[in-house]
Amino acid sequence: MKKIFSYHETYVLIAVVILSIVITLVNPDFLTLENLFGLLRSYALMGTFAVGVLFVLISGGIDISFTAIATITGYTVAVLLLKAGDKLNIVLIFLIAGLIGVALGMINAAIIYFFRIPSIITTIATMNIYYGILTVLSQGKWLYGFPQWFSDFAEINVFTLTNRGGTPYGFSLITLIWFAAMLLGWFILRYTIIGRSVYAMGGNMASAHRAGFNLMGLHLFVYSSMGFMAGIASVIQALLVQTVAPNALVGKELDVIAAVVLGGASLSGGTGSMFGTFLGVSLIAILGNGLTLMHVPSFWYKVFIGLTILLSVGASTYRRRLFSRQRVIIEEEVR
Amino acid sequence: MAEPFLTLKNVSKHYAGVTALDNVNFEIFKGEIHCLVGENGSGKSTMIKIIAGTVPPDPGAIIQIEGQTVHGFHAIDAIHRGIQVIYQDLSLFPNLTVAENIALGQFVAAGSKMINWKELRQIAERAMARINIRLPLDALVGEISIADQQLVAICRALVHGVKLLIMDEPTASLTRKEVNALLSVALDMRSKGISIIFVSHKLNEVLQIADRVSVIRDGKIVGTYPSTELNTEKLTHLMTGKKLEYKPFVRIVNQEKPVLEVHQLSKRSQYRDISFKLYPGEILGITGLLGSGRTELALSLFGVTSPDSGEILFEGQPVKFRSNRDAMGMGIGYVPEDRLVQGLIMNQSVGKNIAITTLDNLVNHFGLIDRNKLRNTIHRWVENLAIKVPSVESPVQTLSGGNQQRVVLSKWIATNPKVLILDGPTIGIDVAAKFAIHEIIRNLVKQGIAIILISDEIPEVLNNANRVLVMHKGRLVAEFDPSNTSPDELQNFMDTIE
Repeated sequence: MKKIFSYHETYVLIAVVILSIVITLVNPDFLTLENLFGLLRSYALMGTFAVGVLFVLISGGIDISFTAIATITGYTVAVLLLKAGDKLNIVLIFLIAGLIGVALGMINAAIIYFFRIPSIITTIATMNIYYGILTVLSQGKWLYGFPQWFSDFAEINVFTLTNRGGTPYGFSLITLIWFAAMLLGWFILRYTIIGRSVYAMGGNMASAHRAGFNLMGLHLFVYSSMGFMAGIASVIQALLVQTVAPNALVGKELDVIAAVVLGGASLSGGTGSMFGTFLGVSLIAILGNGLTLMHVPSFWYKVFIGLTILLSVGASTYRRRLFSRQRVIIEEEVR
Repeated sequence: MAEPFLTLKNVSKHYAGVTALDNVNFEIFKGEIHCLVGENGSGKSTMIKIIAGTVPPDPGAIIQIEGQTVHGFHAIDAIHRGIQVIYQDLSLFPNLTVAENIALGQFVAAGSKMINWKELRQIAERAMARINIRLPLDALVGEISIADQQLVAICRALVHGVKLLIMDEPTASLTRKEVNALLSVALDMRSKGISIIFVSHKLNEVLQIADRVSVIRDGKIVGTYPSTELNTEKLTHLMTGKKLEYKPFVRIVNQEKPVLEVHQLSKRSQYRDISFKLYPGEILGITGLLGSGRTELALSLFGVTSPDSGEILFEGQPVKFRSNRDAMGMGIGYVPEDRLVQGLIMNQSVGKNIAITTLDNLVNHFGLIDRNKLRNTIHRWVENLAIKVPSVESPVQTLSGGNQQRVVLSKWIATNPKVLILDGPTIGIDVAAKFAIHEIIRNLVKQGIAIILISDEIPEVLNNANRVLVMHKGRLVAEFDPSNTSPDELQNFMDTIE
């Protein structure tokens, strides 16, 4: 029992539950399957990004460029859809976007590893390069009017229910793709040697080197996973809004990183879990949705997000300090 | 003990014209504990690196393992041959569990793709059973004590099928009890035929555990001796090449007006009912085991933490420090136990580190730093304390331990303190550098500065202090007069308080 309270995730879960209760008391519409399924669908984008970000943060790095990568992959598949839409299918689209993402992620990894440039600097630079090149080539043009099968796919539900008003709603296939990405990430982090090695590298890079870990391979793996998830996320974005705009994603990277940090990952590396990341994304989603349902002006959204991050990270830092202070020299007598 | 595990013949190493190792011949038997002692910069670490395969020796060297001559010896070959090094920083993963730290490398080395948690735990458990220890498998390594972390590192070496374990300064930050536990683990490993090279500055430990001792000086092996033929004095002589003797420092102190007085000082779960007086020109020794509360007390005297109750009088006036800035303003200086973390800005130059505490005195009329004043101050201290630096611009991290400690000292002496608290001023530095530091301390008190010397090295406090206070579990439990106390007497007292 005591152990449960040593996990960061427990506290985020408590926050999620409390927040849900408060919102439901104000507006009972919140705690309906319809609303929750809707949330799970629209936050699939952030959630899929978050899976990749988690890998990078655990490894002790950071990636700012993933939204730019997603912009490139999204734009590329959009062009393909418009040019040769009927020869393609959804699996191919995901595959193409994922592979381009992997390639761009590998460029990040190679720069970080071979030139020993801090990941934050490298990815700020590559974000500008990737995004810049795309802006030049696309001239900022929005793309829409994708084939019918592409918009149909976005509406597929795993199962469908009907609300009291008679409108059907359901658990979207897009959500399932996000969940599959999380499941895959969780499995890799928990049960594969490469996953555990990512934790080890994030915990102590020098030790990992001495212990004979393949640091180049790990860098490539981590940043290309990020690139892969960015590619998948870009298709999810295209499915959700049926439009690809060059400027739709860049600028959102800090929100995603914040969600992952909220879920317990540390910017100094070595910690973080898939469950925590899910909770972090959920907390952000519920907060945004709740404010709308409680009719709070949307300008307040950013303020609340900021406060939540400070509170969460502050609390976990404080807990860690309490722990490290527990070195007791005199055992106090019982009075 | 007839068969050698490792033999080095004619091993030399030159770095850009500097001789680090000069024709070294060395041999360690199977199941032997062999201690390697020498001053900083004597070539010990180069020798370890060559044995570990991370540094190649000059051509012409012969390395034999179990009777076989090896060629092109690399780190990975050393590992395959059963050579493991536990470095001072232990190279563990603080964010992973004990079990993972012990066994993960095994999976990586075997080229496995998947982890089998059950098997991983079994590997860790077997390793611990081999040396009769028990640690919680699921605890994070960052949250267990340094001593336990050391055991984790040893278990990891065992998992890799270690035949020769090299431990670099393993006892530097352990308490006596923990040291004894570690030494008994080492003896246990020896009985299983594992060879151990033990590098240490603590000569009494060396003599307690070693079968044989090799002394290295200026890149040469001075000699290899059975430990039964040695004592601390002889060993010191061999290491330094000089006859260095601990001469007690006798001084009569005018006990009229204390500069610092402490009454019934207590802080919850750290120390309790501490009272003492400190006079100008006095060295007050405080000794106690690691974790006795001595550092916590020092931090309160320096204003970093505030006591819960009790009184501090400075020059007769009651004072309350809100922060260490207050304490520094009064004239109290503190050289911390861990100079690497707290005392120095490692990647900054020697000069900047010295000047940092006195920047206020170095400004010109415009409130900017006066370059000339700065340069003069730095040069004065470098000369006064004979700090060996290629240039005052060199980063502090490039200096040896002894020289780093001098930089810390000069930084504080430059503030003209009235009270200087030295917490473990000679930890991890070699004998000759130690003597030099003691000389500096003695000169300081002659100028009227009062010094609190905190150390767990009994000869150090007895030979330098006017009075020695013993701290145990947060309380002062005894006072000794060095002029009529022998080191053995004090050591016995320390060993029997519990």
